[in-house]
Amino acid sequence: MNSIILRTATRFLMPLILVFSVVIMLQGHNKPGGGFIGGLLAAAAFSLHALAFDPRETRAALRFDLRTIIATGLLVALGAGIAGPLVGKPIFTGVWTVVAIPGMGEIHLGTPLLFDLGVYIVVIGITVLMVLSLVEQEDAPASSSSKQEGR
Amino acid sequence: MSTLAVLPVLLPLAAAAASTLLYRSLRAQRVIGVVATSSLVAVSLMLFLRVWDEGIVVVRMGDWPSPIGISFVVDLFGAIMVVLASITGAATALYSVRGIDKERQSFLYFPLLHVLLMGVCGAFLTGDIFNLYVWFEVLLMSSFVLLALGNERKQLEGAIKYVTLNLMSSALFLTAIGILYGTFGTLDMADLSRRLASTERTGVVTTLSMLFLVAFGIKAAIFPLFFWLPASYHTPPFAVSAIFAGLLTKVGVYAIIRVFTLMFPIDPGFTRPLLLFLAAMTMLTGVLGAAAQHEFRRVLSFHIVSQIGYMLLGLALATPLALAGSVFYIMHHIVVKANLFFIAGLADRIRGTSDLRSPGRVSVYARAPLIALVFFIPAMSLAGIPPLSGFFAKLVLVRAGLEIGEWAVVTVALLVSILTLYSMTKIWAEAFWKGPDRNEDEPESVERVPPTMVLPVAVLALITVVVGFLAGPLFGVATRAADQLLDREAYAEAVLGPERGSRP
Repeated sequence: MNSIILRTATRFLMPLILVFSVVIMLQGHNKPGGGFIGGLLAAAAFSLHALAFDPRETRAALRFDLRTIIATGLLVALGAGIAGPLVGKPIFTGVWTVVAIPGMGEIHLGTPLLFDLGVYIVVIGITVLMVLSLVEQEDAPASSSSKQEGR
Repeated sequence: MSTLAVLPVLLPLAAAAASTLLYRSLRAQRVIGVVATSSLVAVSLMLFLRVWDEGIVVVRMGDWPSPIGISFVVDLFGAIMVVLASITGAATALYSVRGIDKERQSFLYFPLLHVLLMGVCGAFLTGDIFNLYVWFEVLLMSSFVLLALGNERKQLEGAIKYVTLNLMSSALFLTAIGILYGTFGTLDMADLSRRLASTERTGVVTTLSMLFLVAFGIKAAIFPLFFWLPASYHTPPFAVSAIFAGLLTKVGVYAIIRVFTLMFPIDPGFTRPLLLFLAAMTMLTGVLGAAAQHEFRRVLSFHIVSQIGYMLLGLALATPLALAGSVFYIMHHIVVKANLFFIAGLADRIRGTSDLRSPGRVSVYARAPLIALVFFIPAMSLAGIPPLSGFFAKLVLVRAGLEIGEWAVVTVALLVSILTLYSMTKIWAEAFWKGPDRNEDEPESVERVPPTMVLPVAVLALITVVVGFLAGPLFGVATRAADQLLDREAYAEAVLGPERGSRP
């Protein structure tokens, strides 16, 4: 798609959507939201980018290969799960710690947040991978060039 | 702490993540594949020993009390299944190193294999019916991709049938869970077992049990819902169809056995005749279908169906002896069936074809007599020739059937056994014995079979022989697992604690 309006709008919208997706992820602990829906929002931002510009540019903008992103997310979520056994509790038990930040008071940090973060990353990775594969499939002439990277 | 009980799920997950991270290096993925699955064998054996010594192991996720939270409940039957799954997984990983082409491997074949194993182990370990559904989905999703990976025409054709029917089964499964939750307000299988035992709403219970039977019946490929299996299992690479053949339908059988012992115990007036009929028909149609086939893996696929009938038979008879027979049958069957598919892959490499009507490049017996011999062991075991494992498995089931006078179904079981022997000798004669005419020289060089593909086959054949010779002690294990399965209250008590007079 080649539209200057879409491209300009995307430049403004993308940061907003990405920040909003993080907000949604963070508020998911007590209110509607969470890692999955946040990840979907962020993936929507990248899909918009891919439509407005070019799938290749989106891959470049992500900086990491999507497979690396998925694997990292899985490992983060797994890390949140095994924190429980490390302190002698069953698996996936929430482990909490209080961090004092000067000027802001204390915040509670725990493994449920870490787990949400892992889910957030995995969902971004997989959804963007699916969207990009479909977009690239459309762009590629019938040749096998769509096979060049993971689908 | 009983983290050990969740390791069979965590280990494949970690392996999947690690090998995805190392997507650039096929060598690293192969090493992780073999190492992780072999450690899974060790972990599952430790878990089995733990359950053997201490009884049912319960892990409550996130420290939530049952029945509110999700728990993993490992009894002997579950532990045995995990051991078998890990052995099959390890054999498949090793076989895949050379048995799966580089292109498939570079499209994340190994991570998918780990995810498949994770789903299978999760299904065997969980004590929550909705969680069981989730593990089914995990293993189905990865099996969809594994089946279609490579994009060959016949693969996609098989995958469409496989995906459609399995999604239907999942939808039914989910519906049944929804009704179950709506009616009884709990998803914990132990809690459900108590509530179902004391409920007066027998109509709903019967309906639910039939919904579960159909949902799991599709997955386990019982009559008349089996036709997706022979239509799809011969299409993917040999390593993939071996792990499918060994494990996937058995997850369905596991679920049927679990649900029909813990939640809906066999009712001699209604479920027993129904299950007996289904078991007999499954055995018969499977074996007759196999007799009409001329493709190595299609013959074997129909035999999976027929073997599922035997496992169902043990459940339907519902005596402790019969159930132990079922458990023993599964133990024997998973190893034998996966191995036969592996050997089909070796024979295909040597002969250049899997068609039994074509003479192929060279007879397997002439080129590699040891491989031909190794085929003979699982094939004869499948047919039930003493002293191999299949003989004892069938012996127990037949005896259990005679004890309660179910003559008809025992006759069917024996007849099917003979027909199985017919199919196996057909494969033996056509694929292993016959070759092209002697006079022609063999100008083509025959592909050498790599040792990493022979080793898993040899080990699995050895296990089959050992199971045959240690049938006594192993049958003792199966008996204890069956006794545990029949003792619903012990399962519930392990999870929920002793029953109180009135519960909130």
